Formats: sequence, C-alpha cells, structure tokens
Amino acid sequence: MAENEAIAAAFADGPAFIPYLAVGDPDYEASKAYVEALARGGADIIELGLPFSEPIAEGSTIQNAIVRALEGGMTPSRFFEFVTELDVDVPLVCMTYYNLIYQYGRSRGGAPGPDAFVERAAEVGISGLVVPDLPAEEADPLREACDDHGLDLVFIVAPTTEGERLERMMERVSGYVYVQARLGTTGAKTDVSDQTTRSLQRLSEWDVPKAVGFGISSGDQAARIVANGADGIIVGSALVDIVAEGASSERPVEETAAELEAKARELAEGTREGAARRSPDVDAI
Amino acid sequence: MSGEFEEFGGRHVPEALEEPLAQLAEAFDSVVPTEEFQEEFQYYLKHYGGRPTPVFYAETLSEIYGADIYFKHEDLLHGGAHKLNNALGQALLAKHAGKERLIAETGAGQHGTATAMVGALLDMPVTVYMGTKDIGRQEMNVFRMRLMGAEVEPVTRGNKGLAEAVDAALEDFAQNMEETHYLVGSAVGPDPFPRMVREFQSVIGKEAREQIQELHGELPDACVACVGGGSNAIGLFSAFLDDDVALYGAEPGGTDDSHHSAPLSKSKQEEPQIFQGMKTKVIDDDTENHSVSAGLDYPAVGPEHAALQSLGRAEYHAITDDEALDAFQELSQAEGIIPALEPSHAIALAKKLAQEDRHDTILVNLCGRGDKDMQTAAEHFDLS
Ligand SMILES: Cc1ncc(COP(=O)(O)O)c(C=O)c1O
Repeated sequence: MAENEAIAAAFADGPAFIPYLAVGDPDYEASKAYVEALARGGADIIELGLPFSEPIAEGSTIQNAIVRALEGGMTPSRFFEFVTELDVDVPLVCMTYYNLIYQYGRSRGGAPGPDAFVERAAEVGISGLVVPDLPAEEADPLREACDDHGLDLVFIVAPTTEGERLERMMERVSGYVYVQARLGTTGAKTDVSDQTTRSLQRLSEWDVPKAVGFGISSGDQAARIVANGADGIIVGSALVDIVAEGASSERPVEETAAELEAKARELAEGTREGAARRSPDVDAI
Repeated sequence: MSGEFEEFGGRHVPEALEEPLAQLAEAFDSVVPTEEFQEEFQYYLKHYGGRPTPVFYAETLSEIYGADIYFKHEDLLHGGAHKLNNALGQALLAKHAGKERLIAETGAGQHGTATAMVGALLDMPVTVYMGTKDIGRQEMNVFRMRLMGAEVEPVTRGNKGLAEAVDAALEDFAQNMEETHYLVGSAVGPDPFPRMVREFQSVIGKEAREQIQELHGELPDACVACVGGGSNAIGLFSAFLDDDVALYGAEPGGTDDSHHSAPLSKSKQEEPQIFQGMKTKVIDDDTENHSVSAGLDYPAVGPEHAALQSLGRAEYHAITDDEALDAFQELSQAEGIIPALEPSHAIALAKKLAQEDRHDTILVNLCGRGDKDMQTAAEHFDLS
C-alpha cells in the first residue's frame, strides 16, 4: 500500500490538528479565505469536504454547510479548481461520498469507477481521501486507484466497529484512521466520551496514526484527548458553526476568517499541550 | 456483501450505522421465522388489520378494458393501504429488539399513518418526517397521524418530498439509534430494509395467489402494481416469481420526459447509483422529480425491482399523471371504488396491457383507497 509522504510528515513531529470545512461554503471566495485561515491558525492537515447532494446521515450542521455550498455553485470541477488556487502548504484530504467519486469519470464520458476522480485529485495536489459511505469490503477499486496515484485512503472507525469490519479496514487503511469519538451524527458537543480511550485501545495494533473526531469543539477537549493517546484531532462542526454564523449575520469575510483562525489556534495549541501532558506510559497504547 | 439483488442493494452507510443495521438484520433473521413471532404478527394482521383482504372481480371495468381485471383489495386493510402489513411487522420486531421509539418517513401519509397506528397500538412514541409539499397535498393523513398521537415533523429541505423525508429520518436514526427503530416504509434503503419490507408485504401475494385461483380457476396471466419505492409491488410479485405469470410495475411518469419519478422506465443511464444507502437506479440529474401522487414521488426505486428488470423477470412502464387520474375516475364510476392515486397508475397500466391484447387475465394490486386524494380530485375534476 502506498503511503502519502506529506501526510506521514504531518504526523512525524507530534500529534496533528486536522480541521474540516465544506468547500464553497457559503461561496467560493469566502471559502478560500476560510481554509487559508485554518492553515494560518496551525492546521497540520486540512480535510476539505466536497459537497454532494445526497450526504447520508450527516448532522444538520454539516448538512446545512453542504446545502449552502451547493447553492453557492460548488461542483467537483470547481472543487478541483479551488484546490489548485489554494495558498496553503499543509496536506489536503478530500472528504466526499462514494457515488460522486464513482460517477465522476462517467460524467466526463469515461469509464465508471474511481480512477478518473483519484487521478484528478492527485493532479491538483490532494494527499488523501475519506469516504464515509464506502464499506471497506467494497473499497478495493478505490484502494487500488489511491495506490496508483499516491493517495492515502482514510477509514472511519465507529465506537461499534468490531470483528470483521474492523479487520477489513485495518487491511486497507493508510495515512491515518479517523476514530469516531461517539455515536450520533457529526455536530459539536461539549462532552467527550470516554469511549475514545476504549476505541484507541482497540486500535492499538494498527500502525497508522489515530485521529479522533466528532464533537470536539475546544482546545481543552483536544488536549485531553491527545493526552489520552490520540495522534490527531479532527474538528468539523465547531468550525462550520463559525462559517454558518458568518453566513447568516452577513458580517465581513475577514471577520469570520479571523474568528476561524483564532479557533484553529486554540485547537492547535490544545493539541500540542496534550502531547506535552502525555505520560510516558500512554504512548504504549 | 449482505442484502444484494444482483448488482443492486447492499448497505452503503456511514460506519456508525453499520452495527445497528447488522443487529437489525440479525434480529430479523432470528426472530421473524419463529412461531412465536409469526403467531403474534398473524394475530394482529387478522384481528386488528382485517386480513385476509379479498380479491374482487371487476366486471364492468373488465368489459370496458377488454380483459378480466381482478383487484387485490389492500385498500380495505385497516388504515386504507397496504402499509400496515409492514408497519406491524417492523414494530413487533422493534419491540422484540428492545427499541422504545419509532420514527418513519412518509410521502402520501399512508405509511406515516400506519406507523402512528401501530405506535398507538403497541404504546411506542412515534415521530414521522414528512415533506412540506406532501403535508400540503395529503392534509387528512397529517390530521390522522396527529390524532393518534404521532409527532409530524415537517421537512423543508430540497424538493420537500419523500426523498428528503427519508434523509431527515436517517439523520434522526443516526443520532438516536440505541433506543429508536427507523420503520422504513418501502422496500428501499440499506440492507436489511428491502428484504425485510418484502417479507412483511409478501402476505399480499400469498393471499392473492390462492384467492384468484379460487375465484378464477387458475393463475392470472399478469400481475400489475404501482412502484414508488416498490413495497406493494414486491409484496405481490414475490408469490408469483416462479410462476408463468408476467409481472408489471407502473412507475409515475409525471408530466413529461423531464418531470417524473420513473427511474426504471425513463432513466437514460445504465449504471446504478448509490442513493440512501443502497445501490439502485435513480432518475437522471437533469430530470425534475415529480408525480401527482405523493406516494410515488421518489427519485429512486427499491433494489430488487432494479434486479428484476435487469433479469428480464419484470417490466416497468411509466404512466403519466393524466393517465392515472383518468383511471382514478374510471374505477370510481365503473365499480364504486375510489382508489388512491398510487394504484391508479397500476390500473392505467392494466388498461393499456388489456387494450394491447397482451393478457386476458390481470391481477392488479389495489394498494390503497382514495380518500386522502379527494382534495386533488376535487380540483382536477371540478367536484365542488
Ligand atoms: C396507497 C399507496 N400505494 C403505494 C405507495 C407507494 O409505495 P410502494 O411503492 O412502496 O408500495 C404508497 C406510498 O405512500 C401508498 O400510500
């Protein structure tokens, strides 16, 4: 399995802070400013949501972000253009749904299957993919395309993932594994379940970094989770909330960007702090 | 992978939904075949639902159409549509599995009503998601659901119809899966829903197969049913799959080639799509999802129908809004039976098959009664 070097490097000197935003939310230019603000705030990797009209079982925060982005005219081609124009120097991971990846080649008159999408993603500098509705047992064609083009394929492990499903993911994952901290759809929550520790223990044998996400919204939470052994922190809804507020209040883009940068900084600092607090024996899990 | 019908079906959901669906599949496989479950299910179907529903020979309509037309009277099931079969089965299963709350999506409001009924009957709280477009055109069912104690949650996103109601219900399920059962109303969605809904609706075909032989002396030449998600159709078809009986699904052809909800008969793409957790046929991107009938107004179709079409075992034809409305009036006047707009599509297709001389004996699933559609009918036929 190919390993993307940029992603490996992002985890090389300590736990990574990985923010998420839906690209094009609420429009192309503002969204670019927002993603760049995250990079300035200390993101180590950025997850870019490519809006899809039928996201299944997303929480309303991200669902609404996707609707705003689609209404703002976001499409796969615009997404790739966006990534090309983006002025950031951290690795980018694209999060989208399998139907879009699968149909991309055909919609351009080519063969069905994931290769055309992955090829284009690699061309614009995407380092990895997260595909929430792709069962690991159906992932081989995408895994192969990712290998061919040097992308990582990240899987999401839920608190309930066990047995065969867990093993299939372990065999196919690269880059990092997305550890879902609790059940429910995405959305910022103030509590961080102790399920996280148990999940991290279950994955202790995996040789990829473990990034924890779902419901993280403060630097304190980030620090605690990293202190408990996480190799990375993924934050989506708490950041999307800031974009949503900006979109509804119609305040200037710069103000929202500044707020995003500040939130990113808080979360990035929390991530580093957690690493410093980590007791030596935690590394063992 | 589980729940596949040829290349269609499967379980394409976020990982967090895998486990609850796997557990549901396990409960379905282990509990439903037991004598205890079947006894309870059959008890309620008979004494609460009024099963068996009769098969009726429509003499006048047969004369008009030029073939023998028989109706399976699912409109006489308690609640006024076939939906109760499935709602009862799933709610009883949910109780067995220790679930405390039911949620459902609804288009025409018939499935929401059936879920509200079983929720009241079995003392489980019910939330029904319904697009505001459908709340407007199926108001009587909204009143019925609320009267029986269900909460009706209006869904305002997108096309404000059945597909969006499914999205909203899936989202609720993902948040509350530990205590909540998502009582899916048609043979759609991720495994195990398509095969579970078929199992609970298969009573339609099993009864009808016996009844028509009693009444007519032999099997029909053809079976016809309307297809929204495809639950009443698969319920009827499932008993005839191994017989020399032609199977026809009537899809909602809407107003024209760019306004319909007929993926099997009108979509131009060969490839299945992944939609709401299943691999299946979906209408083309440049088509606007539309049907005069709220219950058929769904851009995709149950995966087993996509498979039956690809195998050549069943044919699917589009019936326009106007053809369905004509059949609605025709049956009302010929037999004194007011059908729902959904099965009016099946009746219109039976009429075509008869007039083209393709079959002599046609069994139509009259899967719902038309009371809920009187507002639409009053406007269309100027009845006030
Ligand atoms: C009377 C009736 N028939 C048919 C349908 C369509 O569903 P299905 O295709 O699952 O039978 C509905 C759905 O609401 C309905 O109310």
